[in-house]
Amino acid sequence: MLEIKDLSYIVDSEDGKKTIIDNISLTIDDGKFTVITGPNGGGKSTLAKLIAGIVKPTSGSILLDGEDITDMSITDRAMRGISYAFQQPVKFKGLQVFDLLKIAAGKERNLKVNDACTYLSEVGLCARDYINREVNSSLSGGELKRIEIATVLARGTKMSVFDEPEAGIDLWSFQNLTRIFENMRKDIKDGSIIVISHQERILKVADEIIVLADGKIVNQGEGANILPQIMGTNSAVRPCSKLGEEA
Amino acid sequence: MSVLDPIQKRLMEEIADLHDVPVGAYNFRANSKAVARNTTANIDIVSKEDGSGIDIKIKPGTKKESVHIPVVISASGIKEVVYNDFFIGEDSDVVIVAGCGIDNCGKQDSQHDGVHRFFVGKGAHIKYVEKHYGSGDGMGKRILNPVTEVYMEEGSSMEMEMVQIKGVDSTVRTSICKLDKDAKLVVHERLMTHGEQNAESVYKVELNGDGSSADVVSRAVARDSSFQKFDALIIGNAACHGHTECDSIIMDNGKIVAVPSLQANNVDAELFHEAAIGKIAGEQLDKLMSLGLTAQEAEEQIINGFLK
Repeated sequence: MLEIKDLSYIVDSEDGKKTIIDNISLTIDDGKFTVITGPNGGGKSTLAKLIAGIVKPTSGSILLDGEDITDMSITDRAMRGISYAFQQPVKFKGLQVFDLLKIAAGKERNLKVNDACTYLSEVGLCARDYINREVNSSLSGGELKRIEIATVLARGTKMSVFDEPEAGIDLWSFQNLTRIFENMRKDIKDGSIIVISHQERILKVADEIIVLADGKIVNQGEGANILPQIMGTNSAVRPCSKLGEEA
Repeated sequence: MSVLDPIQKRLMEEIADLHDVPVGAYNFRANSKAVARNTTANIDIVSKEDGSGIDIKIKPGTKKESVHIPVVISASGIKEVVYNDFFIGEDSDVVIVAGCGIDNCGKQDSQHDGVHRFFVGKGAHIKYVEKHYGSGDGMGKRILNPVTEVYMEEGSSMEMEMVQIKGVDSTVRTSICKLDKDAKLVVHERLMTHGEQNAESVYKVELNGDGSSADVVSRAVARDSSFQKFDALIIGNAACHGHTECDSIIMDNGKIVAVPSLQANNVDAELFHEAAIGKIAGEQLDKLMSLGLTAQEAEEQIINGFLK
């Protein structure tokens, strides 16, 4: 269970101070698929980064299973079971896809090519074509995004945070993303998934929806209740008109 | 390998991945003496009459053979200049592994300056791997100043892998390459310096024949207070294609100078250069830490990958 208490994140800006996250409190239960939505600039990605430890809050606290992780490093949080898929996957000169998956799986597991193949197939990539590719600009944005998701699958931790997993990926990935999340939920007992997204297709499968605007929670509740309220707003957009008709 | 002592054996493993006597032709040099040599039906190795080095003669059409000529120095105070000439016959396809390992536990400097000249015959293809390594905690410096000269005839190709990852205090590496028609040169240099080390790498590549091409790529990491200079000049004298790239990571108080330069003397010469120097990107560390690595482990992975 993840508990966020009175969390604020304030940065210096040209006009003085700017509040990105404004005194948020929320609880994310185990076994839940939670989607955080809201308009652009509302603080969604920052909240994900605060959970992963990429940025440190100005005030407030974050507890994982009762333990205060607010001052913990990214590594310590990762070791306690938080995985984080970056919105913009990081590129590495020289590091190959297999290297990244091996690191993700951890030293103890000593990931084999066959296992790597499973994770890559899950995100629709053929291992044979990708395993020895460098995680650099020679890969397209969509490929990098799928590999980013595969690293989180390879970790298999109890809490996974995805920051706009659908951003910049093609139709295949989009249609399969929800399936990936559902499989993850089945595979990881009591595992919880937090996805930052304003895509209707992802919102549809959410157990819980949190709407964030101007750094504050403006709506929160069961997916089935919240979705009808936000349909047609920029908190729930369709991927494209064609897909909308087909759905 | 029985002629080598344990330190020399370890150096041999570092520079040539040799755990045992290799298959094919070889010449081992330890503390300024030739200690073992093997020739094959197609590859001959003979000492120069004046004792200054060796000639390696590869017969035309020799395929899938290898030559190992590692040098190890485990005594302090040795200073030597060695001239090795490679005569590579037409249409041959061989791998040449050179390299120098110095272990200096003494007070005096140890220095090996190897001058390698390659005469690559028409249509021949060679892969040349050269690794440098130093160890030992004495006050004496470990100094390597290799000079590589490459003369490539029509349609020949050469891949050069130049690696210096650890332990060499001072190095000035000079490579001069001249390419005839349709000759192709690819250079991959990997360099890491630490402590107070100095490393300079100078390339002068002349593309003299139509259709010739060169790609000189360096990846370098400068840690602690070390200094590096990469100075690559590509000269296009014909309808040719040249590219040089220097990509560097700088850490601690390291200093790097990158001077890629181009000279076109022919209107059909196409020449490009790129250079980038920067520290390890914070987001790269964040990503690997989010996969469970400590900051230090993440840094090692990034550098190992970069220099792979």
